[in-house]
Amino acid sequence: MSAVTVEDHDHHDHGPAKGLLRWIVTTNHKDIGTLYLLFALLMFFVGGSMALIIRAELFEPGMQFVDPQFFNSMTTMHALVMVFGAVMPAFVGLANWMIPMMIGAPDMALPRMNNMSFWMLVAGVLLLASTLFMEGGAPASGWTLYPPLVLQTGNALPFAIFSVHLLGMSSIMGAINVIATIFNMRAPKMTLMKMPLFVWTWLITGFLLIAIMPVFAGAVTMLLTDRFFDTSFFDAAGGGDPVLYQHIFWFFGHPEVYVMILPTFGVASTIIPIFARKPLFGYASMVYATAAIAFLSFIVWAHHMFLVGMPMAGELYFMYATMLIAIPTGVKIFNWTATMWKGAMTFETPMLFSIAFVVLFTMGGFTGLMMALAPVDFQYHDTYFIVAHFHYTLVPASVFILMAAGYFWLPKWTGNMYDERLAKLHFWLSAISVNILFFPQHFLGLAGMPRRIPDYAVQFADWNMISSIGAFIYGPSQLIFVYIVYKTIKGGTGEKVTGEVWEGAKEQSLEWTLPSPAPYHTFSTPPEEIPTMSTSR
Amino acid sequence: MKQTKQLFAVFTLMALGLGSAHADYTLNLMKGVTQLSNDVYDLHMLALWICVVIGILVFGAMFYSIYFHRKSVGHKAEQFHENTTVEIIWTIIPTLILVGMAIPATKTMLEMDDLKESEMSIKVTGWQWKWEYEYLDNDIHFFSSLDEASNKARQIDSGIDPRDVPHYLLNVDKPLVVPINTKIRFLFTAADVIHSWWVPDLGWKKDTIPGFVTEAWTSIEKAGTYRGQCAELCGKDHGFMPIVVIAKEKEDYEAWVSEQKGIAVAEAGAAEKDWSSDELIAKGETVYANNCASCHMDDGAGLSGTFPAITKSSIVTGDIDTQTSLLMEGKGMMPAFGQMLSAVDFAAVSTFIRNGLGNSVGDVIQPSAIKALQSDITLEEDDDDE
Ligand code: HEM
Ligand SMILES: [Cu+2]
Ligand SMILES: [Cu+2]
Repeated sequence: MSAVTVEDHDHHDHGPAKGLLRWIVTTNHKDIGTLYLLFALLMFFVGGSMALIIRAELFEPGMQFVDPQFFNSMTTMHALVMVFGAVMPAFVGLANWMIPMMIGAPDMALPRMNNMSFWMLVAGVLLLASTLFMEGGAPASGWTLYPPLVLQTGNALPFAIFSVHLLGMSSIMGAINVIATIFNMRAPKMTLMKMPLFVWTWLITGFLLIAIMPVFAGAVTMLLTDRFFDTSFFDAAGGGDPVLYQHIFWFFGHPEVYVMILPTFGVASTIIPIFARKPLFGYASMVYATAAIAFLSFIVWAHHMFLVGMPMAGELYFMYATMLIAIPTGVKIFNWTATMWKGAMTFETPMLFSIAFVVLFTMGGFTGLMMALAPVDFQYHDTYFIVAHFHYTLVPASVFILMAAGYFWLPKWTGNMYDERLAKLHFWLSAISVNILFFPQHFLGLAGMPRRIPDYAVQFADWNMISSIGAFIYGPSQLIFVYIVYKTIKGGTGEKVTGEVWEGAKEQSLEWTLPSPAPYHTFSTPPEEIPTMSTSR
Repeated sequence: MKQTKQLFAVFTLMALGLGSAHADYTLNLMKGVTQLSNDVYDLHMLALWICVVIGILVFGAMFYSIYFHRKSVGHKAEQFHENTTVEIIWTIIPTLILVGMAIPATKTMLEMDDLKESEMSIKVTGWQWKWEYEYLDNDIHFFSSLDEASNKARQIDSGIDPRDVPHYLLNVDKPLVVPINTKIRFLFTAADVIHSWWVPDLGWKKDTIPGFVTEAWTSIEKAGTYRGQCAELCGKDHGFMPIVVIAKEKEDYEAWVSEQKGIAVAEAGAAEKDWSSDELIAKGETVYANNCASCHMDDGAGLSGTFPAITKSSIVTGDIDTQTSLLMEGKGMMPAFGQMLSAVDFAAVSTFIRNGLGNSVGDVIQPSAIKALQSDITLEEDDDDE
């Protein structure tokens, strides 16, 4: 039995075009997936270098390396590059590679738009990066781009805004493509409630993206007209309101953080059952919890703004609504734990990263819950406690899961096995150093260190030094990943992997029924049977 | 609770092999010196302990499973999944816990919002990068910015070890002085961009927003000096606009108030007298260091692209009235110094930049002339209001 059709049944050339042009004009979901993933990896190092500049300056009290304005540019650019250049594109890359293979489709529904959205992303990021060399420096107002401060940006402002427009359009196109693919290209037996969770989480993420990116684009366009065309949306002197911007931004911004975490949930829910050799504990409740989180993410935005002087009813409402998020999030964590319970677990690198994700993401959830309590957030807000919170939800969560996904699917993508020993080294170095890096930041925030400052009072010196040491272990150890990926593409351990790769994986998801490496075109005819071990049966 | 906290601190520090921690340093949130800050602290501890307990349970189960349910110890995977009872239980229990947290949180929130019966009011205005304080009940009014010692030490390659500077980055030239056991209402606003006024020991911070007024209150229970800083990114020197609050016994506070009134009278006198060029330049140098050097740099060279140079500037070496009106009214990122500086300081720094920093125009502007201009501006503003 083979669900794969590699035979020629039409006149199209089935191999990729040759040479560099292949990568520029490609409309193949696997090629585009690869482009997205490699670009994201590159941006991970660009954004990471900026973070290391920040941590170098904060290694000791006193100003040593950069001036404060450039420091602020670094915090701003670090965040923008990581969010829009690394994490989001990486998940789009995974979606490109995996969604067609998981639902039994030959490709994405809109392959030309797929190519366009990738190159628009590149254009957007290059434009953003170019602002570093402009008069007045890159934007330095934080990734939140709050007015009036952001309006003090030099020549870079319109370029940064246009870059946001490009990135937003690229994301929207990616999202439309994912949604169109999922709705139209599933194998006949693949009903919605039989889709792997990664597909489900991306479907929901796609809707989030379409809903929020235009809102962000609108907000930055208002900044543009405030600065250049004499409007005063956000200028009190002209009857506007700077806080209005914050409402609009966070209406985008809070769902945006879920754009980065929902696909993470999806990958974790795919990996954990395979290495526990068990069905996912509660497939349906995972789907509902994802939908619930996505819904709630639209109605909690002002928990980022407890200090702007909202009316009491507003403060209370946003506090209660935010606390509610803990319930579906808890359901997810309990589900993963129950999936491991009484399994027959093995601990290959993807599983190690996934377990670390469950534990460390939960810590981020705990601090999130604490910050949801508005009166206490009056202390936490804008301190290193927040920095610790969102880095726990982003680095050892989203980024760890991206690494897990890399190790998990590399054998499928390349047909070669990665070096498990080196990969474990990468895992342990990352897992330990990420905690040295971010855990002390909880203490710093509680003790009174504000975020986004280039220099600090001497009582914060010890923990900052430890945090910086963690950063300088974490950053370079990610190069191991690059080396492993390179070696795997070049032949890996030499061991040829089976189609299934991981024991029992065939029962869990369609991509493992294909040979490894997966042929350039897969599922030209939809598969007859689909695995249902971890979905509803 | 206190003991657990200390034990925790000791263990963490030992684990990391750190011999000494700074004396004024805590790992946890500070309890602070007001009823509100104590309530906030209790709420924080409640939430923290709830998280610790849930964490122990969840991680405990997970690690138990990781240890005993391994393939390598021969554990066979069971194939159970979906159990409605379990799923209902783990939805209901968290909900109840959340309600348990929401109740005290709501109480504290309402308490924070209760501005009734305040006994005095202070208006706080955030500026790039200093704080302005106005005591609304008795005409005291001043600016408060980073102290000189910290300011010197924080320059890149200053050669000064911050550890040798007392209260590095947490010290100001003129602290806010308040009485204890008095319900003080704060009114916050900002002159340029959003800032956030934060003294952790008071238990809260509040954004200061240009064009809008936000409010908060405190009643400090213990005399002492409490330090904080701006918490909302406000541009280049966001990290360098600390806050110092000195809480005094009521009598001491009254004494301080009359002292301030004396100073105000003396200042008015100083503005009337004729100053020599050398006096003005000498004074102007300090005024420049405290107010201008953060953008235009110590040597007046500016920062290319963002902040113009003072040295050889056409405005500074040109007509003095153009320079004066620029300083008075500000421009773009340059603040309006007209109301920010006293007439003496304004005249001094105006004279200094024309005769220092590589310029030598040779003219002098007297405080009395500035004083006249300042009152004109005030009059105009009053006209606008009508
Ligand atoms: C249990 C779930 C969560 C809750 C209750 C929660 C709650 C909060 C709250 C209340 C804040 C604002 C704190 C402040 O600024 O004072 C915040 C900030 C933040 N959270 Fe979460 N959060 C949760 C999960 C997540 C996840 C999953 C992510 C990302 C993947 C995330 C990313 C962020 C980011 C990036 C910020 C800071 C944004 C900024 O100010 O620049 N959070 N969170
Ligand atoms: Cu949020
Ligand atoms: Cu500020």
